[in-house]
Amino acid sequence: MGYLLETLVGGLLAGIMYSMVAIGFVLIYKASGVFNFAQGAMVLFSALTFVSLIERNVSFGCALIITAAVMVVVAVLAERLVLRFLVNRPPVTLFMATLGLSYVLEGTAQALWGADVHGLDLGIDDVPVSILGLRLSRFDLFASATAAVLVVLLSLFANRTRIGRSLRAVADDPLAALSLGVRLPKIWRWVWTLAGLVGFIAGLLWGSRSGVQFSLTLVVLKAMPVLIIGGFDSIEGAIVGGLIVGASEKLAEVYVGPIVGGGIENWFPYFLAVGLLLVRPAGLFGDRAVVRV
Amino acid sequence: MSGIASREPLLRLSDISLSFKAIRALAGVGFAVRRHEVCAIIGPNGAGKSSLLNIVSGVYRPQAGEVSFDGRTERQLTPHQAAKWGIARTFQNIAVFGGMSVLDNVIAGGNLAFGSTWIEQAFRIGRAARAEREARERAERVLAFLRLQRCRHQPVSSLPYGLQKRVELGRALVANPKLLLLDEPMAGMNAAEKREMSEHILDVNRDLGTTVLLIEHDIRVVMDISDHVVVLDYGRVVGDGTPADVQNSPDVIRAYLGTKRAAA
Amino acid sequence: MSSRWPAAIKASLLIIFAVAIVPWAADEYWLSAILVPFLILSLAGLGLNLLTGFAGQLSVGTAAFMATGAYTAYNVASRLPGVPLLVAFAAGGLAAALLGVFAGLPSWRIKGFYLVVCTLAVQFFVEWLFTAFRWFSNDNSSGQVEVPPLRIAGHDFNDPIGHYWLVLAIVAVLTWVARNIVHSELGRRFLAVRDMDTAAAVIGIPVLRTKLLAFGISSFYCGVAGALWGFVYLGSFDPRAWELGRSFQVLFIIIIGGMGSIAGSFVGAAFMLLLPIAMSHLASAWLSGAVDQGTLSNYQKIVFGVLIIFFLIKEPLGLASIGRALQRRVRIWPLRQW
Repeated sequence: MGYLLETLVGGLLAGIMYSMVAIGFVLIYKASGVFNFAQGAMVLFSALTFVSLIERNVSFGCALIITAAVMVVVAVLAERLVLRFLVNRPPVTLFMATLGLSYVLEGTAQALWGADVHGLDLGIDDVPVSILGLRLSRFDLFASATAAVLVVLLSLFANRTRIGRSLRAVADDPLAALSLGVRLPKIWRWVWTLAGLVGFIAGLLWGSRSGVQFSLTLVVLKAMPVLIIGGFDSIEGAIVGGLIVGASEKLAEVYVGPIVGGGIENWFPYFLAVGLLLVRPAGLFGDRAVVRV
Repeated sequence: MSGIASREPLLRLSDISLSFKAIRALAGVGFAVRRHEVCAIIGPNGAGKSSLLNIVSGVYRPQAGEVSFDGRTERQLTPHQAAKWGIARTFQNIAVFGGMSVLDNVIAGGNLAFGSTWIEQAFRIGRAARAEREARERAERVLAFLRLQRCRHQPVSSLPYGLQKRVELGRALVANPKLLLLDEPMAGMNAAEKREMSEHILDVNRDLGTTVLLIEHDIRVVMDISDHVVVLDYGRVVGDGTPADVQNSPDVIRAYLGTKRAAA
Repeated sequence: MSSRWPAAIKASLLIIFAVAIVPWAADEYWLSAILVPFLILSLAGLGLNLLTGFAGQLSVGTAAFMATGAYTAYNVASRLPGVPLLVAFAAGGLAAALLGVFAGLPSWRIKGFYLVVCTLAVQFFVEWLFTAFRWFSNDNSSGQVEVPPLRIAGHDFNDPIGHYWLVLAIVAVLTWVARNIVHSELGRRFLAVRDMDTAAAVIGIPVLRTKLLAFGISSFYCGVAGALWGFVYLGSFDPRAWELGRSFQVLFIIIIGGMGSIAGSFVGAAFMLLLPIAMSHLASAWLSGAVDQGTLSNYQKIVFGVLIIFFLIKEPLGLASIGRALQRRVRIWPLRQW
């Protein structure tokens, strides 16, 4: 029983990491209806930039600021050169455009900084800590705390700042927001920047856990089941979705895995998501759009 | 024999209720449409008119009530079933297949009667060639009826609005429907275009014997071409009769203009 | 429809070119490294185009369907040696088709973008399946399989020219079938479901059945393409040949070449194959061999990404449409004077 609980909690905490990546998606989706396949590439790009700066003996704080600035530039370029021209296209087209964008970012990242694996040390060791009799990873706890802080910050931003209010307006009703003078390109730049920064934080955490390397971009694929379970446009949903995916993945790996051989976690969350969609085609938290025919 | 048959209504709606989450779109709606008549549904915006058409064509499923068509009753009608029954429709926001030509759009409307399987089509054997030819002939007749021959090969999305609406009508007609549902067929048209569309609708009703149920905002058009008018307000029927009856009904006036005026 | 005349002439010219001129003029390198993969990738592109370009169902599982075709064909050919090779290929196609129909079943409830998850699930599942269960690779510990020699009706097809003929014949037949489908009632139903599936249902089209047919036929094509890729082009393969990246590769082929266009699948495949070669040559010419393979592939990634974005913005109908527009211009141009 203790083992089950430990596995469960371990899975939940690991799931928080997925949630963080998912939050980046939610931000962009809420504001522009785009599923940003390039989010993973953004995670990689930011992590790789940061790590390469550190390796060139730039100080930690400086590297943070420079990388953040770089992500702002990426966001502005993405809006200027890509999104602006695809405003009225169907979601599938936008998705494929972000696919193209992810290739550009991946290629650039690796062309600039190389394809080797880089270690990233945040100063938090992945050692077990004993809480309430359960052995949990200190790193996972740190990640969860970070996620919690992030959610609070985003929430404050959305509710207390002018930009935040405009974001919520656009997410709710783009046309109405436009008619009130909200400028869409500006919103998009903000949202992509935020997503890029969230991706950066996720990149730091993921990178220090498993090294900064190309496979970081595959993290985006794990975010999909999270988003489907939690709804594409809900931050709370992203958290819950991440928890569910993390927990079920871990449980499946530990209890079902040995029967069929390892590696189930690669596909299990997706089948879970499909199963959920069959029952609730709009996701657990998503808004069921009333289609006016 | 045929006398009795034509007295039985073609379409009867009984006690239809429809809600979306917390919003009541239709409540206890019931009325009948006789064969070969032109029946218009009118009412203020948001009264539930499109929802009603969606129920009759199987796109929405009501929470309560039933639809009877040509002697058959169904509670959970699907679009496919409605098409098989002989119900065809057009949409408020034109739902033509933009990527296809006018001719292909109209041929597509006759798919239920198509005479060959996909395997025959894939290998060009059996009935494939003949079925395609017959489908095309049926479509050409409809194109001629609606005077659309000249643009038959143009992609529909490149046509002006009025022509697209006519193509949508053609697609609905090619299956020889018993009941034709038109959702605001005159929306966005000028007076001349409206006259032309009215003529097409009357031609369809008189020459082909098709029963027509349409939603329309232009009261003059409604009075001109309808035999029967149903008035909806806030999801309920507030008027049901001939155009003259409905025009003078105090309930209908109240629905459109509000209580004070009606009292005066 | 435009008269069949020019189409028949074009087709005849192509056939003459492919059958009479190419085998005579092309050397082994061109045959093995360019033409054979070009034809096979075109076939895969054709399959994906039927599903995504014509029927509007986005799929990122192409590689999984190809893998299913390859491994099924391999197991049939190696475990049942009496079975003719073409039957093994067909079995591969059928297995892939069944998987495709399974992947498409959720489309009954799941709409639009969410459907991507289904093909993504299938993709990852199949990747895992062939890696985790050694049985598929004849219990080879490294997961690698070696295909048996290619013999059909007593003839050997094991040299570059043999490969070319085999692949050309299969691709030509399947392209003919695809063309028939696209111009038939089924093709119309695909387009209807793609453009407006509610309206399609209302006019009586059986939407789910049409989607499943699209998934099945498309996956059959991808399965055969996979079998050909494994048997003819690679000769020996392991699960890594069928990863998500390959699904994206085929998707890019149809985006660049033209979605909803048969010719587009071929144009896209040609582009996909020739661009890296062109870039290599350019790099050696301009930078005198100072660029290594790794860097080159990074730049290729960037170029592909930019092209995808460009085509999606400017010309969603891809190179094929640009080609048709050019053709129209050339036809009209002499008359422009009048």
